[in-house]
Amino acid sequence: MSVLIDKSSRVVVQGITGREGGFHTRQMLAYGTQVVAGVTPGKSGQTVDGVPVFDTVADAVRSTGATISVIFVPPKFAPDACLEAADAGVDLAVCITEGIPINDMVSVVNYIRKTKTRLLGANCPGLITPEECKVGIMPGNIVMKGPVGVVARSGTLTYEIVSRLTREGIGQTTCVGIGGDPVPGQRFIDVLPLFEADPDTKVVVMIGEIGGTDEEDAAEYISTMTKPVIGFISGRTAPPGKRMGHAGAIVSGGKGTAQAKVEALSAVGVPVPVSSREIPELVRERLG
Amino acid sequence: MKIHEYQAKQLLGRYGVPVPEGEVAVTPQEARAIAEKLGRRVVVKSQVHVGGRGKAGGIKLASTPDEAEAVAGKILGMDIKGLTVEKVLVEAACNIEQEYYLGITLDRAAQKNLLMVSAAGGVDIEEVAASTPEKIARVLIDPAVGLCDFQIRQAVFGAGLDPRALSGAGKFIQALYKAYIDLDCSLAEINPLVLTAEGTLIAADGKITFDENALFRHPELAQYAEGSEEDEIEAEAHRRGLQYVRLGGEIGIIGNGAGLVMGTLDEVKDAGGTPANFLDIGGGAKAEVVANALEVVLLDPNVKGVLFNIFGGITRGDEVARGITEGSKRLDIKVPIVVRLTGTNAEEGRAILAATSLVPAETMQEAAAKIVSLARG
Repeated sequence: MSVLIDKSSRVVVQGITGREGGFHTRQMLAYGTQVVAGVTPGKSGQTVDGVPVFDTVADAVRSTGATISVIFVPPKFAPDACLEAADAGVDLAVCITEGIPINDMVSVVNYIRKTKTRLLGANCPGLITPEECKVGIMPGNIVMKGPVGVVARSGTLTYEIVSRLTREGIGQTTCVGIGGDPVPGQRFIDVLPLFEADPDTKVVVMIGEIGGTDEEDAAEYISTMTKPVIGFISGRTAPPGKRMGHAGAIVSGGKGTAQAKVEALSAVGVPVPVSSREIPELVRERLG
Repeated sequence: MKIHEYQAKQLLGRYGVPVPEGEVAVTPQEARAIAEKLGRRVVVKSQVHVGGRGKAGGIKLASTPDEAEAVAGKILGMDIKGLTVEKVLVEAACNIEQEYYLGITLDRAAQKNLLMVSAAGGVDIEEVAASTPEKIARVLIDPAVGLCDFQIRQAVFGAGLDPRALSGAGKFIQALYKAYIDLDCSLAEINPLVLTAEGTLIAADGKITFDENALFRHPELAQYAEGSEEDEIEAEAHRRGLQYVRLGGEIGIIGNGAGLVMGTLDEVKDAGGTPANFLDIGGGAKAEVVANALEVVLLDPNVKGVLFNIFGGITRGDEVARGITEGSKRLDIKVPIVVRLTGTNAEEGRAILAATSLVPAETMQEAAAKIVSLARG
């Protein structure tokens, strides 16, 4: 079992004829993901690595039965692409695009929450269910099948932690990157219940960072979970008022400090190691 | 991106937000001329990107053009929290009867924009929020329908403003919200919002922060970006398209991905070092970007060592290694450099680096420990 995606997932790539879209379509296909369609307006009838291209997401969904969309279109067009995916009725839209204006995402996220579609991202690396399906840009060679659910705000730090788990023989059910934007489609509190409900997930690793209060909100939910959670917070030493790369990674107005997050998580029994290298051991202890 | 008060007032004025009449001066003589033209009592305000200007003596009243020239002479060139005052705003002083707070910003937890109104204006609103949150009336704005007039009434009544403020508040706040949305702001704040003795509302101060992701929609705002950085190296890094934040320590840090770089800063600190900077080369960086990054980090004279932490995904280890060697050839490097490369093409990258004097490391913890001890010499 896994969350959100598995080997039966049928994926449509929005922006498939672009440089990024094309590159990652090949990577996803190589991993074994069923990429069944691509969308680029005006290019229907073409194929990319054997994947048929359609003019609209609605056409692609109608013709191929795709249920997951992954979006590789520039920031200017990405909000519209998210809405188009929701209109076509996919279960999950994964927006990889970085640099979308915040107010655009305020509109998009609030709208999509009222539809049947779940939005992951924007500015996220996507997700991967080892040996079954990868949607987005996470490297496939760092994961292995196993009992740990991973949910994270950052990309490369997640690769770092997941590859360490894998090296130490601890596999994963699904790794979900929710992204570093201030208004994400999925927050920790949206993803944690999926792992709680997944019978194969025995332990969850939650990788947070400074900025916002998503980790604090998650702590409240974790106190009701039956499964153990290990936390990690990146940016403990970052100064207030400085945006650390991600638009969402900023301590401002006394909010979003690492200390507040560590305290909130510790208060509900979640260990938050100082160094990421301690994570595999903490997971192993809880796997028993 | 932050802009100066006078720039914020110019922009807000265009949207119909009432602002005092005034102009910018760079010399005391200009300040005098503006005061003469206004023909009334003025306030002379330093234009620097820090809070607490009033407390630092950077805001003064002047009753006559002579006085305006004299106070401008004192404020221009003044140092406020490390920044030199190069411009002053000279504007008509208003007859203050009440000082309120008005702000619109993103509420991340609610994922909506938030209107905040308080009768306790003029002071640090973060302090009010922390100690007496009940004094701030808040309403969340549904992006689909926008800010509704009834919500403005809720906020204004909720905050307990003087009844005379009510008639002007609707138009004032709608104008501010329109500016906030049209200009893609992440903050638009009027503090203080002044109720004058005549019963009108006017923005005695104005603060706007733009969402940098939306600047592509606002080419006209590019003029404000010039000179808005507080730090020269940060300004240079941004000109080269690098995500760089100066942190004041001794270990230069370069990595790919914001989370990984933040994690590396934490590890360096734990190893007993102090990070000089945050620098994220982003995904898929080519050799040239890496060389550029190294050059920017070494602009900081405090840097005693540099740590590269690269987890290859889209970013390729061999590209990074080539960038590091090119960069170190181009520059006369006197500090130790530790490189931790893993992921895509890391083997090839390590082979390129083997022929150099760069110090390799297996893990980020090992890399942090190595650079901290090497930098100590």
